[in-house]
Amino acid sequence: MSAVADSPGAGRYIGRGLPRPGAKRLLAGRGRYTDDVVLPRMLHAAFLRSPYAHARLGAIDVSAAAVMPGVHRVLTGADFALLCTPWVGTLSHFKGLRSAPQRPLPTDKVVWAGQPVVMVIAETRAEAEDALEVIEIDFEEREPIVDLDAARAPDAPRIDADAPDNVLFRTRIEAGSVADAFAEAEIVSVDLRFGRHTAVTMEPRAVLADFDPSEQRLTVHQSTQTPYQFQDLYARHFGLSEARVRVIAPDVGGSFGMKLHLYHEDMAVVGASLLLKRPVKFTADRMEAFASDIHARDHRVRARLAVGPDGILRAIEVDDVTGVGPFSAYPRTSAVEGNQVVRLIGAPYRLTEYRADLTVVAQNKVQMSQYRAVGHPIACAVTERLVDLAADRLGLDPFEIRRRNYVTDDMYPHTTPSGYRFEKLSLATCLEKLHDLMDYPGLRAEQAALRERGIHRGIGIATYVEITNPTPAFYGVGGAHISAQDGCVLKLTPAGEVSCAISITEQGQGSEAIIGQIVAEGLGVDRDHVRVLTGDTETTPSGGATWACRGAGIGGETALQASRKLKGRILEIAAAILQAEPGTLDIRDDAVTDADGTPRMTLREVANLAYYRSDLLPPDVSPALTVAHHFAPRGYPFAFTNGIHGSLVEVDVETGFVTILKHWVVEDCGRVINPLLVDEQIRGGVVQGLGAAFYEECRYSETGQLLNGSMGDYLVPMACEMPDIVIAHVETPTLDTELGAKGCGEAGTAASSGAALNAVNDALRPLGAGISQLPMTPERILRALDVI
Amino acid sequence: MIAPQPLAVTVNGSPVRRFVEPRLSLADFLRGDLGLTGTHLGCESGACGACIVNLDGQPVHACLMLAVQVDGMRVDTIEGLSDAGVLADLQAAFHARNALQCGFCSPGILVVAHDCLASWDASGTVPSREAIRDALSGNYCRCTGYEAIVDAIESTARARRNRGVAA
Ligand code: FES
Ligand code: FES
Repeated sequence: MSAVADSPGAGRYIGRGLPRPGAKRLLAGRGRYTDDVVLPRMLHAAFLRSPYAHARLGAIDVSAAAVMPGVHRVLTGADFALLCTPWVGTLSHFKGLRSAPQRPLPTDKVVWAGQPVVMVIAETRAEAEDALEVIEIDFEEREPIVDLDAARAPDAPRIDADAPDNVLFRTRIEAGSVADAFAEAEIVSVDLRFGRHTAVTMEPRAVLADFDPSEQRLTVHQSTQTPYQFQDLYARHFGLSEARVRVIAPDVGGSFGMKLHLYHEDMAVVGASLLLKRPVKFTADRMEAFASDIHARDHRVRARLAVGPDGILRAIEVDDVTGVGPFSAYPRTSAVEGNQVVRLIGAPYRLTEYRADLTVVAQNKVQMSQYRAVGHPIACAVTERLVDLAADRLGLDPFEIRRRNYVTDDMYPHTTPSGYRFEKLSLATCLEKLHDLMDYPGLRAEQAALRERGIHRGIGIATYVEITNPTPAFYGVGGAHISAQDGCVLKLTPAGEVSCAISITEQGQGSEAIIGQIVAEGLGVDRDHVRVLTGDTETTPSGGATWACRGAGIGGETALQASRKLKGRILEIAAAILQAEPGTLDIRDDAVTDADGTPRMTLREVANLAYYRSDLLPPDVSPALTVAHHFAPRGYPFAFTNGIHGSLVEVDVETGFVTILKHWVVEDCGRVINPLLVDEQIRGGVVQGLGAAFYEECRYSETGQLLNGSMGDYLVPMACEMPDIVIAHVETPTLDTELGAKGCGEAGTAASSGAALNAVNDALRPLGAGISQLPMTPERILRALDVI
Repeated sequence: MIAPQPLAVTVNGSPVRRFVEPRLSLADFLRGDLGLTGTHLGCESGACGACIVNLDGQPVHACLMLAVQVDGMRVDTIEGLSDAGVLADLQAAFHARNALQCGFCSPGILVVAHDCLASWDASGTVPSREAIRDALSGNYCRCTGYEAIVDAIESTARARRNRGVAA
């Protein structure tokens, strides 16, 4: 089985497909997710939500609710006005990005259906919900702005009355002379629509705030991937001392980027705890999750590609319009997704002529922001659809046109027309590997034979380039308090074991497991003797945590360097005792050894000595066995990974149903630390991308009502719909770090929907049909086939 | 509102007596009143399968039952099944195969898989991958992509079958 096979050149632990130590606890039902945490005197919050997508807020009558059984307080926007400073989802490096200030609860208007308006705090959640029923609010309905194109019309009603229009941000990227290239080439074009979808983490958002006025201490248990970011936000917006704000992210039941945005309810819960001086918990139910978790994507992309008769791509021109909801999300903005779309389109190809326009539009829908593989699936699908169309125009095979146009191995370091710099990619190698892995000629032969029998199969491929290991160039330069560095505190305990506290976080992807492997290898100790702690701002050093695939690449390097430091300390102490030079000693199997591996003393003996008999150490040798290390990438602004997906589908032309028969991925995330975990990360990512391709869509009515906001109505991929997924690796380690790891969390999602789009179109092509909208629902396929 | 009702139920082998509001769901009773937080709530509408527990030996959605409905019955949650050791081989297979990421779906999936494995074992068959995927049609997992879960269940079924044949 490839998943547990060792990585080539594996060390004792780095590169081994080892299971995660922490997973046993979760399998025994001993996980501790935020909603599992119960504190003495804890109260529960529930929110009354706006039934309208756009309305003025009139009088709010909470008097009946306030006297309901179990109710402690009913809070409205006015209660928070002085407690909390507003937040604005802009960053200075997105010039001209506008967004209205946000507060925990609104005071004058509501801007999406589902926006929390009034908060009830009661003994139980059920009592809080009872009280919601007797609250009266005068809403004065306004015209909702829902459709992407209508919203940006110059005469469209505005969501923000102070703004000149509903466009929050515009940008243009231009390189070379696109007009000239188009004048003398074949042109293919697309008009692609990408629906809104949402994370549907199995554990909904949950937050439990506990303010202790006697010490002015705030402790927040929260289901999030970025505890340090929330520590900063709560401290700054509520005027608290940062050192007295502690955020604990215990087990997190999925996040996928969704749980790193600030939500109104988070601030309301913290504010309520400050006001009531008691612990207050809010756990979203699934309906609230659909209505208020960030949504993702929502793009309409028109693009053209110029290709020469030699099959060489000449230029790409793009117009991306994306709808982001009523305001830009905080603190990472809703402009990042579109920005990545227009910067990543065409990235794998040798192109010098490029122009892209991005328009970020406000609508009366819930906020749209970062979700797994931010922007990548859109950029990938647009590019790869264009490339397939060009191949078709020139009668080239999809593999052949890519072979002719990829950035070649002798071109690195390579800069794209949009300004991204690639240290080294492995595009051609991945392409050939996929060709073999799929048995492409065999599949084509089978496809042709089946077509004779009226069975319509399609084969699609899609190349991706993925941004990982982000430096401060990502958010920091724009003024966001989002850390690009990570920290690790390592200590050898008195018993000679290792405790590792690190700022990257764990949401199931196996961060703790890989950090344990890296530290064990870096230090020369048994993996079982390393305990890794994450997810608590008070017990771990500050850092960026886990997002944008930075856990292994940045967190892992931090841990490796920290282990080198601790090893140095251990050897210095041991050398003093053994009267040897530290450089002649090593650590293996939990023992200090000579260079040839002969054991001299165990780590337990070193630790015992340092902690209990430091009198035996020479006076100039410190007994410290705790080290701290922080690391931020300094080389390339980002590490880029790459890979390619293949998709095999069968389209039933009578019902429009698509069966996903098989999916292949060849990926290159640099050094693979744990192939078992990498493969499962990729598979999970593929399935989320296939969800976007075929099932998942947040459907709104013309009045801005979410029509399918429940798990019964919104389709998430199920076991029986998903194929087995074949994965292969190419390893091109980054030379920016000693570890060489890049990221792998987005690789599955980045290209699976693009590959599926090409596969379905490959199946439809002999029928003279094509589809250009995701998700590719049966209805849309039947429309494409002109059946309905 | 109707006053709390008396409830007597055997949970994970131990008798439990409580007064509960008639509207309290079994899931909330297990989680809130008994602190058995291994039973998870992902949708509270019978769609996701995170809350599945055994009731008199049959998997049920704890979010769709009221606590008062289980009066006099036997409930086994992931905690009890784990402690009893009846899932040990299945859990070991899940662990080895990394058939979980965040683990939020895992308790419900394990309870369902446990039930299916018993019937496959009783019928002397090793299920096909399709049959396993089908059996999981009431359980969402958002993290794994399902393949590892299918692998883990398949290998457990095979191991149990081999053990049965050997015995
Ligand atoms: S919580 Fe019961 S099925 Fe989802
Ligand atoms: S492991 Fe996260 S939902 Fe299944």
